[in-house]
Amino acid sequence: MDDRVILRVGAKVLIPFILLFALYVQFHGDYGPGGGFQAGVIFAAGFVLYALIYGLENVKQVLPPKVAYTCAASGVLLYAGVGYLTMVLGGDFLDYGVLAHNPEHGQHYGILLVELGVLITVFGVMVGVFYAFAGRGRLDS
Amino acid sequence: MVLGLFNYWAVIFLMMIGLYTLIARDNLIKKILGLNIFQTSVFILYITMGKVSEGTAPIFVKGVEDVVYSNPIPHVLILTAIVVGVATTSLGLSLVIRIKEAYGTIEEDEIEDGRP
Amino acid sequence: MTHHLPVLLVVVPLVAAPIAALVNRPRISWAVAVVATLWTLYAALGLLSETMAVGAIHYELGGWVAPYGIEYVVDPVNAWVMVIVALIGALVTPYARRSVEHEISEDRIPLFYAAFILCLTGLLGIAITGDVFNVFVFLEISSLSAYALIALGNDRRALMASFRYLIMGSVGATFIVIGIGLMYVMTGTLNMADLANRLPEVASSRTIPVAFTFLTVGITLKLALFPLHAWLPNAYAYAPSAVTAFIASTATKVAVYLLLRFFFTVFGAAFSFDIMQLDLILIPLALIGIVTMSLVAIYQKNVKRLLAYSSIAQIGYMVLGISLASVLGLTAGILHLFNHALMKGALFMSMGCVMYRVGSVRLERMSGLGRSMPWTMAAFVVGGLSLIGVPLTVGFISKWYLVQAALEQGMWPVACVVLIGSLLALMYIWKVVEVAYFRECDPELGISEAPFSLLAPTWVLVLCNLYFGINASGGVDIATRAAEVLLGVLS
Repeated sequence: MDDRVILRVGAKVLIPFILLFALYVQFHGDYGPGGGFQAGVIFAAGFVLYALIYGLENVKQVLPPKVAYTCAASGVLLYAGVGYLTMVLGGDFLDYGVLAHNPEHGQHYGILLVELGVLITVFGVMVGVFYAFAGRGRLDS
Repeated sequence: MVLGLFNYWAVIFLMMIGLYTLIARDNLIKKILGLNIFQTSVFILYITMGKVSEGTAPIFVKGVEDVVYSNPIPHVLILTAIVVGVATTSLGLSLVIRIKEAYGTIEEDEIEDGRP
Repeated sequence: MTHHLPVLLVVVPLVAAPIAALVNRPRISWAVAVVATLWTLYAALGLLSETMAVGAIHYELGGWVAPYGIEYVVDPVNAWVMVIVALIGALVTPYARRSVEHEISEDRIPLFYAAFILCLTGLLGIAITGDVFNVFVFLEISSLSAYALIALGNDRRALMASFRYLIMGSVGATFIVIGIGLMYVMTGTLNMADLANRLPEVASSRTIPVAFTFLTVGITLKLALFPLHAWLPNAYAYAPSAVTAFIASTATKVAVYLLLRFFFTVFGAAFSFDIMQLDLILIPLALIGIVTMSLVAIYQKNVKRLLAYSSIAQIGYMVLGISLASVLGLTAGILHLFNHALMKGALFMSMGCVMYRVGSVRLERMSGLGRSMPWTMAAFVVGGLSLIGVPLTVGFISKWYLVQAALEQGMWPVACVVLIGSLLALMYIWKVVEVAYFRECDPELGISEAPFSLLAPTWVLVLCNLYFGINASGGVDIATRAAEVLLGVLS
């Protein structure tokens, strides 16, 4: 417990910033390097760090595996849902221009929504992969 | 010629290392790593192709005329290819875990010999 | 809605897959899969009839105009391939309900259906898209889900087979990416029609033949043409029965379509066959593949592995037809895409029925099945006759066209090899028929006929074999039109 203090305190300080940085990367994807995939991976990395320091059971209480797998599927549905919405509103598939009153705002909203879908899916998949690998074949805790 | 085409030399070097590791090593995880190195060499090929000489990052700068931008398309293609590579690696690693549980070893020659 | 049909064909199964995964009940996931595959069959048939009447159909995604955005192009070639994939998908899904419950543990069944629908999405996407990088994306979607599906097999050797397929398939896909990248460097576009316009002016540089070579090697690896076939036998033999029936009938066909698309539409027949001399390489490889793989098939003790080696030989026939590069040769190759899907689908489905009742597909366990499982083995016999190329079955039609195409170009040895291949097919089919019909079965084992839900899709395919063998005009018309489109005879 003694030599773990630094790790525990350090993780407690860093993890919120990691998650915040993921959101920063997500929203600045159009003006700098970033976007949904990178943000999803960074977000998942925060949770993996928590799992490494505090243990797999604790992180599974914070984020149950069911939620991770549901996220993985829901992001795809969100992305395709935006596509269906644009078809219903009269454009082609994923024609973001019809989403708002003028095409520029429509593009903005469309990209925001699909990147959110990508974030949710990538986050769910990365955490899901970690859960699938981490829990196997351990005899000690 | 060597210095001007330096990026292609790097690509070929990595590609050959990746392919050699993939073919010659028996350990399944090393095969997956070889595949990763091979895919990385292809990413470098694309991205270095996208750089326009004197070009800046392909982010639109408002209000400034005649800026030379690098090509953003290879970056988009490579992002997709990286995601595919990640999915392939995670699928391969999960297969290796199950092979280890089923066979007790991850050396390909021992698996083929039929160790129970 | 018909305006959006090209994209709905791909997007509806894309949405059905996460729904099947979220629902998490085996029966409901199966129902979602049935709805998705029936929709794709309806959409594919609609697109085929529309394109045969109207010509090429274009759909731009996101509203972006063609060379700048991704567009979906439907012409008789890929509409035909999409109908094949959708038909096999729609037949395998009802078949899969009992077969999968028998072979895969219950908690994995919803994920099985999710991966299955994703594989279908990927294959349809490869066929419909008109953008070369989009081809790579859908190729990887279908391949990754195929690796996962194959690994679900009962036998632990399925894991090793799936791993080997993963390594080899990823190398092939990466070669395709290299080829695409080199083409993009020289022309600056990823759209197939635009590439076809721009490639002739840069074709004399050294990059384009290298790109062509990388693409050919990558696609023939996915195709399992003779030297690059090592992943196929184990992958087909140890996968679950429904998976083998689906993948054997569709994945390699779509790779053949990709070959057609790149050789004839993007690069052009003149570049591929006159300048790059592709026929000098493909025809010998196809011929060697036909003979050696049929010979290896004769010595197999596992019937699914036997059929897998037979598939590699049949792919040799398809590539042979394509390499002859004439209207007759292309018609033969494209027709054989459909016919082989029907034949192998019926054969692998009947093996799935055997696996369901007997628990094994090894030859020694199949004694006397002709008496205890008459309908199943009759389906196998008709499929086998089709494989050999007996008249009245669909296999005869494609062999006929293939021999005609070879003789039209004066290649007597090629026609002889095609006939030798039929003779070898007779030998390995006879092996199975002899064990099933001419040996005694052990009455203690209590083997009864397969259930109706497994037999019905099998017999639908068998009857298609016979119907399209007797009345071949529909298929031949579509294949001829597709061949003319590819060769530019009809623009």
